[in-house]
Amino acid sequence: MVLLPAFGYLPVLGGDTFHLEAWQALWGRAGLHRSVLLSYFSGLITTLVALFIVVLFLAASQGTWIDRAIRRMVSPLLAIPHAAVAFGLAFLIAPSGLLVRWVSPGLTGWERPPDLLIVNDPLGLALMAGLILKEVPFLLLMSLAALPQLRPEQRVTLARSLGYAPGIAWLKCVFPALYPLIRLPVYAVIAYATSVVDMALILGPTLPPTLSVSILTWFNDPDLSRRFMASAGAVLQLGVTLAALLTWWLGEQGIKRLSQLWLASGSRTSGSTAIALGGRALLATVTLMAMSALAGLALFSVAGFWRFPDALPSTFTLDHWQRILPSVATPLMNTLSIGLVATLIAAVLVVATLEHAARHHLPARRAQWLLYLPLIVPQVAFLFGLVVAAESVAIRPQHALVVAVHLLFVVPYLYLSLSEAYRRLDPRWVQVALSLGVPPWRAFWQVRLPLLLAPLLTACAVSLAVSIGQYLPTLLLGGGRVPTITTEAVAMASGGNRRLVAVLALLQALLPFIGFSLALLIPRLVWAKRRQMRGAA
Amino acid sequence: MKPRATLATLTAASLLSLAQPVTAAPPPEDWEAVLQAAQGQTVYWNAWAGDNRTNRYIDWVAEQMQAEFEVEVTHVKLDDTSSAVARVLAEKQAGNDDDGSIDLVWINGENFAAMREQNLLFGPFTESLPNFALTDPDNNPEVVTDFTLPTDGYESPWGKAQITFYYDSAQTDTPPQSIDALLGWVKKNPGQFSYPRIPDFTGSTFLKQALIELTDQNDALYQPVVDSEFEDITTPLWRYLDALHPHLWRSGRSFPDSGPHLRNLMSDGELSLAFSFYPTDAAVAVREHELPDSVRSYVLESGTLGNVHFVAIPYNSPHKAGAMTLANFLLSPRAQATKQSLDMWGDRSVLAINQLKESDQALFEQGDSHPSALPADALANTLAEPHPSWMTALQEAWLQRYGVN
Repeated sequence: MVLLPAFGYLPVLGGDTFHLEAWQALWGRAGLHRSVLLSYFSGLITTLVALFIVVLFLAASQGTWIDRAIRRMVSPLLAIPHAAVAFGLAFLIAPSGLLVRWVSPGLTGWERPPDLLIVNDPLGLALMAGLILKEVPFLLLMSLAALPQLRPEQRVTLARSLGYAPGIAWLKCVFPALYPLIRLPVYAVIAYATSVVDMALILGPTLPPTLSVSILTWFNDPDLSRRFMASAGAVLQLGVTLAALLTWWLGEQGIKRLSQLWLASGSRTSGSTAIALGGRALLATVTLMAMSALAGLALFSVAGFWRFPDALPSTFTLDHWQRILPSVATPLMNTLSIGLVATLIAAVLVVATLEHAARHHLPARRAQWLLYLPLIVPQVAFLFGLVVAAESVAIRPQHALVVAVHLLFVVPYLYLSLSEAYRRLDPRWVQVALSLGVPPWRAFWQVRLPLLLAPLLTACAVSLAVSIGQYLPTLLLGGGRVPTITTEAVAMASGGNRRLVAVLALLQALLPFIGFSLALLIPRLVWAKRRQMRGAA
Repeated sequence: MKPRATLATLTAASLLSLAQPVTAAPPPEDWEAVLQAAQGQTVYWNAWAGDNRTNRYIDWVAEQMQAEFEVEVTHVKLDDTSSAVARVLAEKQAGNDDDGSIDLVWINGENFAAMREQNLLFGPFTESLPNFALTDPDNNPEVVTDFTLPTDGYESPWGKAQITFYYDSAQTDTPPQSIDALLGWVKKNPGQFSYPRIPDFTGSTFLKQALIELTDQNDALYQPVVDSEFEDITTPLWRYLDALHPHLWRSGRSFPDSGPHLRNLMSDGELSLAFSFYPTDAAVAVREHELPDSVRSYVLESGTLGNVHFVAIPYNSPHKAGAMTLANFLLSPRAQATKQSLDMWGDRSVLAINQLKESDQALFEQGDSHPSALPADALANTLAEPHPSWMTALQEAWLQRYGVN
């Protein structure tokens, strides 16, 4: 569906021969190479920095109260939709933003906002910062879900008994075992960061924008012949994402080789203080930034007029909430019902697949890459094809169709979040149950599922958040007739009333936030007397 | 993928060759039958929803339609009208010629031109709407002309927009009165003005406004672009922008995304001069705490670009009777007066108000005007929109010149 128009074939627009004009038009675009480089590098750098922060924190983390407090503050961040974080961050770091307001005019002497290019900077630094704020919680949660199977305490204790400093012990003994378990999530982050649209629209460079944003503009151009070029661009985007993945994979291989020396060098303490301090400081900074961004949104949602450089609005009002709330009942219900149904279906599918694999001792198959295709291919490209496909078999826009297309994204994330925990669960538990004469289905219900309660709920919360965050799929496959809180928020964002956008962004963050809270709370209640079963959080 | 795509396109192609869409709707001329058929229909109205005032007005319209005509109106909220164009195109591609998902779309300019060119619209129907005569089309050609293209009855007028500048009188008291004066003004007030990044609609309109004032070949702008003359006609514009950009907000290295973004920057005190397509924009924004009450509106001395926005019915809408009933209601004096009120939206009426019945004229009388709003007579001087091909050509040329900083 993407490939055909890319080579000039889209009969409804009169393109019925194959040719390369679309590609020539694409190459002729001013700034195309900059767009491509931006997408490629912002994807890689974001992932590298996010992973670095997470690993350093895990290495530094000692299970003290302060570490637990930081951790607890991070997980809800995963629930905040990308667009909401982007809005919050933009308002935080802009020249007229919260940070400058708080130090002006006192420290800076600025009576008017400085004319500095911070948000939408040509190098994409603001975009990368926004992505890092969102990817750190994701990678941290994925790591925390995978860690318990590795028995990290025992590994670290052993290494410490050999004289290794705690941080170094973790890096040398736990991380090499952890990385393979979080590899797929890391790849998903790379794919996402190279092709992200909503955050790039808000924070990314504009002249030229990232490749994905350019593609969206071309697809939306009233000049319908632009669609040929847009399709060619979508194919190019896929190439960029794959190139970034390949680069990362090569980097992995290189580091694997090089790190052998370091791992076996016997160096026990060098750098351990830096790890202990840096790990906590970086994660705390990320958390603090995201929290301030959210606080900025909250402040804006009740702000009256707010002149620079006042640190606080001169008047407060509930007008904005009162104006929005009456109209969001239906979108909220739609969001919730679609998210829950999609998550439930996805959970059944994924657990059935994993259980099947576990019973028959099937290795992870290559076919599973197919599952991740929707995460890697730019949405804007294949969704237009899906709409045509649904229309041509006479399926009209409706809730069920939206649920179906959400499944394309929810299933991979749920699988991603759950599969390693599932596979690594010690098979002996079930074997013991079976040897006691329990039928397999009871062993599944009464032994395996309870043991997996915490990771399963976390995976469901991630899925729910993914479903809630979907914009383009909901809009296109719902034909606009299935309003969700996200479609409302984005439609409102195009009008730029930040106070109303803030209200919607906060509402949009609310549902996934409840989901994550439940995922943390339920295991604590159910396993109130079994600390090891509560999962990592 | 390939076989299915081929199948779909074959179906589409074979259905297209049958040309006329199949529709159960009565002919627009038989208005009684239209009203009859409309009863009980649900009209899916696709409209840009970035502005809470518009949304508020559409909610009001939906209530009235239910009460008066038993037509249910659902506002399908868009962030970009072209996604509705894409939707109808996808449906046509898939051969869905009589059960489309869009019944009415808020549209004008290049989106209308694109849909007309691809035969994606139903019509002609406008002449058959009883209220259409109230616009006095014979004396108001703008209600039957969209960016120089005749509407041919394929879209019905809804409201009027015109470029209106506004400034913060606390920051500057001598706003520029022409495009020429603007250059001098930004040199004195560096970093305090900008325009939305092309291809944004409002930004592109600024280019056209500047071009009209700068070129001496205005007639050419109302014909399709002739490639060989384009360079010659637009040279003064590029020379002007080259001089202007270094003094803009962020030194012209970055531009705001949209008209509403300009308003935010005014609100943050980053800019002290901006413009909007809605003459009442600044006044409503002041009332809603977005702008300081020191903001004042004005129009350039030699006039500013204005245009009419419309509603149109896609060729495959299953509820054409309901959509026509809605389009007709939108043209009623009551609906137009409510739309024009600052409490609701502040969008100007397309009706020929001085020809209405006196009781209807009274509906349009508003209380005291807002200090941030334009004086009532300020919009007398309206410049007409150039041919839509100029918009596209200017956007292309701008992106080639300034698209990479």
